[in-house]
Amino acid sequence: MQSLVQSKNRRAHRGSLLAIEPMSAIDIKSLLQLARKMNPLKPSARLRGKRVLLLFYEPSTRTRTSFEIAAQALGASTTLVLSSGSSVEKGESLLDTAYTLRAVGSDAIVVRHPHSGAPQLMADHLDIPVINAGDGMHEHPTQALLDAYTILEHKKKIAGLEVTVVGDIYHSRVARSAIHLLSKLGAQITLCGPPELLPEVSATLAENLRITRSCEEALRGADVVMVLRMQRERLAGLKISLPDYIARYQMTLGRLRLAKPDVLLMHPGPIIRGLELTWEVADCAQSVIVEEVKNGVPVRMAVLAQALGTVN
Amino acid sequence: MSTKEHKPASLLIRGGRVIDPLARVDGLMDVLLRDGQVVELGPVGKVRGGAEENFDARGLIVAPGFIDLHVHLREPGQSYKETIASGTAAAASGGFTSVCCMPNTTPVLDSPEWVTWVRQPQRGAVVNVFPVAAATQASKGAVLTDFRALQRVGAVAVSDDGKPVLNETTMRDALRASAEINFPVIQHAEDTRITQNCSMNEGRASFRLGLRGMTIAAEAAIVDRDVQLAQQFNGARLHLAHVSTAEALKSVRRGKRNRARVTCEVTPHHFSLTDADIRGYDANFKMNPPLRSSEDRQALVEALSDGTVDAIASDHAPHALHEKIIEFERAAFGITGLETALGLAITVLHLRHQIPLERIIELFTSGPARVVDLRGRGALLRGSHADLTIFDPKKRWTFEAAKSRSKSHNTPFDGWQFTGKVVATIVSGKVIYRAA
Ligand SMILES: [Zn+2]
Repeated sequence: MQSLVQSKNRRAHRGSLLAIEPMSAIDIKSLLQLARKMNPLKPSARLRGKRVLLLFYEPSTRTRTSFEIAAQALGASTTLVLSSGSSVEKGESLLDTAYTLRAVGSDAIVVRHPHSGAPQLMADHLDIPVINAGDGMHEHPTQALLDAYTILEHKKKIAGLEVTVVGDIYHSRVARSAIHLLSKLGAQITLCGPPELLPEVSATLAENLRITRSCEEALRGADVVMVLRMQRERLAGLKISLPDYIARYQMTLGRLRLAKPDVLLMHPGPIIRGLELTWEVADCAQSVIVEEVKNGVPVRMAVLAQALGTVN
Repeated sequence: MSTKEHKPASLLIRGGRVIDPLARVDGLMDVLLRDGQVVELGPVGKVRGGAEENFDARGLIVAPGFIDLHVHLREPGQSYKETIASGTAAAASGGFTSVCCMPNTTPVLDSPEWVTWVRQPQRGAVVNVFPVAAATQASKGAVLTDFRALQRVGAVAVSDDGKPVLNETTMRDALRASAEINFPVIQHAEDTRITQNCSMNEGRASFRLGLRGMTIAAEAAIVDRDVQLAQQFNGARLHLAHVSTAEALKSVRRGKRNRARVTCEVTPHHFSLTDADIRGYDANFKMNPPLRSSEDRQALVEALSDGTVDAIASDHAPHALHEKIIEFERAAFGITGLETALGLAITVLHLRHQIPLERIIELFTSGPARVVDLRGRGALLRGSHADLTIFDPKKRWTFEAAKSRSKSHNTPFDGWQFTGKVVATIVSGKVIYRAA
């Protein structure tokens, strides 16, 4: 029993990526720079012999496959552990699962978990890098990095950009990571949504942040528009009805026209056409939704390369 | 720690600064204890008769024994977290001579039989244990327990602590019964209908951490309702456990102004920490009510200072490692607190906020004694129980959770430097704890 306490590290392994919030702008930029050097189409042996363990307590298609492909492109092997059908289901604690995965020879653990802070808990007790692939409502750091990477493919720099985030910010780990990252890199951020999904306290998350309830106001002059996923079940119990939400916040071509002509339309996926955005918006010329998915691979290659210490 | 080694029938505590807020005593004095009672207080060297044993208290403060209104001793049923023996050992090293233990055990202390069981000598308590019995059967909030029968076997109050008495009719009935037999009802004020899945205070910190937050209203609304109910029954006694918000204090003040018999307690962690202190999802910062904002903390300090608050209570809530070293949202609520209460009170309230020592001692002694009518305790009057706490208000020390007497070590204060340390704890005239 005592050993559990004593095994707590002073801090997480330095290769860990747990959140954007504690990162400096320099850290973020150097990681993005590294990502630009990664070529998913050209296999490399950079991480040969390394074992990357993917521990997913929540279903995920894009993040999981993106990490798998990224690891394999660097020559690492991957093992996927899903919470269903494993010892996790039998009530094993998160740390015991972590110790077991460490003991079988994992060199890094990528974890997706429904509880905020779960990756931090693992990192505090392990001597290998832990990479957060999304924890509860907290953060999804690699998503924010791939969003920044995508923006930088189209815009010279993030500093000074007008970025609008629309939708369910309260429940969104994607939003928290994106807000931290974009704010650190100097973007002006406007958050837009109903009070239930965008409480006033959201404005305290970072600098350069403002809130508006009007979609039209939020979009005017935007360089980047990020639409968040709207989960139907989240609306249950709130004052706002689904038709109301759609009427006020759905991204339509008409609304998108309020933004700058060269606006980038982003969405972390999975999208639900007809809910948070229309079919036409999802496929419009300004949409970079598919690019985001594609860019996830080099970004995660960079994260893994950094985690496993093959970067100086 | 053994209580058997020395049992002097008389003990003379010499040369300490005796502070007894109730008796309005503050000065260098000798205190003579004999046969479990305070026999005499007098000028240094002038107490007649002598004693079989002497205690040199020069440079120390001699106070009435501290009373903790709110501890979880976990027996019966959860002895893997704490036992009455280990919990009271922790109490002794924290300077507490009496503790009121909460009924949320397994089974719940809702019958005279279980209240009696807790008080039996074979439990191994080293300080006085005064059980708080459940207010409703199995603390389910529906059917009131038999207050009179529980009072008769030694329960000092009723409470469903851990949860609130949510139903207004039930609370009304409880306060009516309280008025009839002069028996305090202790409320854990939380509207649990709006705190489900919440693990900390609602605010900037919870938003940042991505954790669902309990609103201030969840506490304040129940406090407000109960204070209003207490005003309706002449003589009803309402005690509000672990008040944590400025808003709830407003209702307490209103109740007191309107001469309702309303009392309240504040915990050391709520007057010392805020939700901004929660670092790295460490569940040793998770308790209920949660750590609040700095405005709330400041309001608690003011209320401790101005007399609104009647007692400092630890809400000592031990939990095993497997209940704490897990995901924050899944972790148990509560932290240990018996051994850090005085250190926090002196370090935070006295040194940082200039609250006089006399007032702090009042909050540990006559204040809580009055809340649950502990006759002959909380003051050093001739004939009162010889329960005393002797401490060094200037001693600097570092708290090490691993050395705690409690069976559990779930504290956010591990490694904290405190000023103010317990030197000896005396129960019924016997030194049951002495600092190394
Ligand atoms: Zn409570």
